[in-house]
Amino acid sequence: MKKKLLALAMALVMTVSLCLSLAGCGGGDTLTLNVYNWGEYISDGSDGSLDTIKAFESWYKETYGQEVKVNYTTFASNEDMYAKLKSGAVSYDVIIPSDYMIARLKEEDMLLPLNFDNIPNYEYINESFRGLYYDENNEYSIPYTYGVVGIIYDANQVDEADVGGWDLMWNEKYAGKILQFNNSRDAFGTAMYKDGIDVNTTDKAQWDQALQSLLDQRPLVKAYVMDEIFNAMESGEASIGAYYAGDYFTMVDAQADNVDLQFYYPEPTNYFVDAMCIPSCCQNQELAEIFINYMLGEEAAIANAEYIWYASPNSLVYENETYQEDMGEEAMAILYPDTADFSTKYNQLAYRNLDNEMLDYMNTLWETLKIN
Amino acid sequence: MKSIAKVYTAIIFVFLFAPIAILLVFSFNEGNSLSVFSGFSLYWYEELIGDSNTLEALRNTLVLALCSSILSTIMGTAAAVGMNKLRSKPMRAAMNTVTNLPMVNPEIITGISLMLMFVFVGRMMGLATSLNFGTILIAHITFSLPFVILQVLPKLRQMDKALPEAAMDLGCTPLRAFLKVELPEIFPGILTGFIMAFTLSLDDFVISYFTTGNGFETLPIRIYSMTKKTVTPKMYALATIIFFAILILLLLSNLADRDENERQKARRKEKADR
Repeated sequence: MKKKLLALAMALVMTVSLCLSLAGCGGGDTLTLNVYNWGEYISDGSDGSLDTIKAFESWYKETYGQEVKVNYTTFASNEDMYAKLKSGAVSYDVIIPSDYMIARLKEEDMLLPLNFDNIPNYEYINESFRGLYYDENNEYSIPYTYGVVGIIYDANQVDEADVGGWDLMWNEKYAGKILQFNNSRDAFGTAMYKDGIDVNTTDKAQWDQALQSLLDQRPLVKAYVMDEIFNAMESGEASIGAYYAGDYFTMVDAQADNVDLQFYYPEPTNYFVDAMCIPSCCQNQELAEIFINYMLGEEAAIANAEYIWYASPNSLVYENETYQEDMGEEAMAILYPDTADFSTKYNQLAYRNLDNEMLDYMNTLWETLKIN
Repeated sequence: MKSIAKVYTAIIFVFLFAPIAILLVFSFNEGNSLSVFSGFSLYWYEELIGDSNTLEALRNTLVLALCSSILSTIMGTAAAVGMNKLRSKPMRAAMNTVTNLPMVNPEIITGISLMLMFVFVGRMMGLATSLNFGTILIAHITFSLPFVILQVLPKLRQMDKALPEAAMDLGCTPLRAFLKVELPEIFPGILTGFIMAFTLSLDDFVISYFTTGNGFETLPIRIYSMTKKTVTPKMYALATIIFFAILILLLLSNLADRDENERQKARRKEKADR
């Protein structure tokens, strides 16, 4: 009994000292930088890759002679990130939300205009990624990754003749083999692109039409999924599904022997851009800008692009020969479709923030689809 | 009838342990799929060791669980002793209800209300950021406290009230009587309370999510945020390690319990013999 008490007391002492050492780290001359990003969205040193955060810390120490500690935390959705930021209880210096969320943050004065003198590497961002709707004057954000939605199919199950366009997801031949997004905006998006409706329309009749398409599709759908799509496609349980190009390669990597996953872009389709921003609660804007600039530098940007497998808008990345070799020709062709008219297509086709009335209406329709 | 009982037990065990078995098997998978086993390898374990962010999250989670469970065990034991000494019955019932409230309250409400309170207090104190390690620690103590009390209180009730009185009769100070007589009696309850508090803190997501500050990420939060891409098999490896660590801990505590029981039995026999 005494021994147990002693053990408990020892544990207590150890914990307290641990706590103290933890608190101690914050002191001194060390600068801190709080970065808030998607999970699994930065090169983290696994598999011999560059640990971007550690590399930034030591680079900063060498260049400026001062310690900097990056507090890197992650979120699961734009909405989670928004809620945390809006609560006012935390302060972040760099955030990486998606396009429509940037538009919303900007509208609510939650972003700081960037000082591009501190971000010279911005020049390497492809011209096609400027003047995008969420930041028309390129003041608040710098693109980090972008992607295009495409259709993934199992060539062992699907006839080549049926491939092309969104119709594949409505093809009765493949009933019980089709996956649809379990997310109202993306699911309605597929129907609207198929029917040639503007995905940002405020005409309720058009939304009703899209719902009808989804209702028609429902008997064919195996399941409504989000990231469960990975397992379903890899194992061959399902044969057709829409997802992002970068994730297609993750699936190919893990596909079963009797599965042969292929990919194509239907026309028209959705685009997304995730971009680096500085929120208005930022404590050290200059440091944040130096960090952003570092992320745009060749070494970090390539490491991140290779880790995430999404396309990079940074010419230092996609023009780099080692990167092209690492990715392989097929991947380069799929990840980097012709971007010459990206901004035009993007501004026309990408999802924008719907107003509350339309969001409510869409959610009601979505419930109709899921419940009845 | 007996065979039905056996089948039933088997089914229950399959439901309980099949998910863990699958996770365990696929943590040794060479590829990164959850459906195709391409070969045995320790690749994901190596990856895990190289992933500094995940290891930091693991360290954060363990530090938090240890700090919060130790503090809540001390506070909970003190509270239970105090509540046990209350004379008035309605008062005791009222105290019981109040301490049980956080346990029956939905986690999300506890989480949000704690966050609002921290923000409110932080604003009053003029802080730029109100959430930090301290706030998540307070939150974890808050939700594990009732579980500790719930474990310790019955032990106090079971204990022969004459024991501490006898000790004091024989010249012990009340403190000494508590430490020498009461504490050893209720220690199994305290230990269970501590283990419960520890595991609760270890896997809490909802409350942590609302009350953690910008630099402090716990493991559940990190795993949750991986859903944009897909949860990597590194996490299966980590979960396997945690599972076995906890299994060993449980076995040890069971062994200790058995020893304790046998010793008590021997003592009782000795008494009877005399």
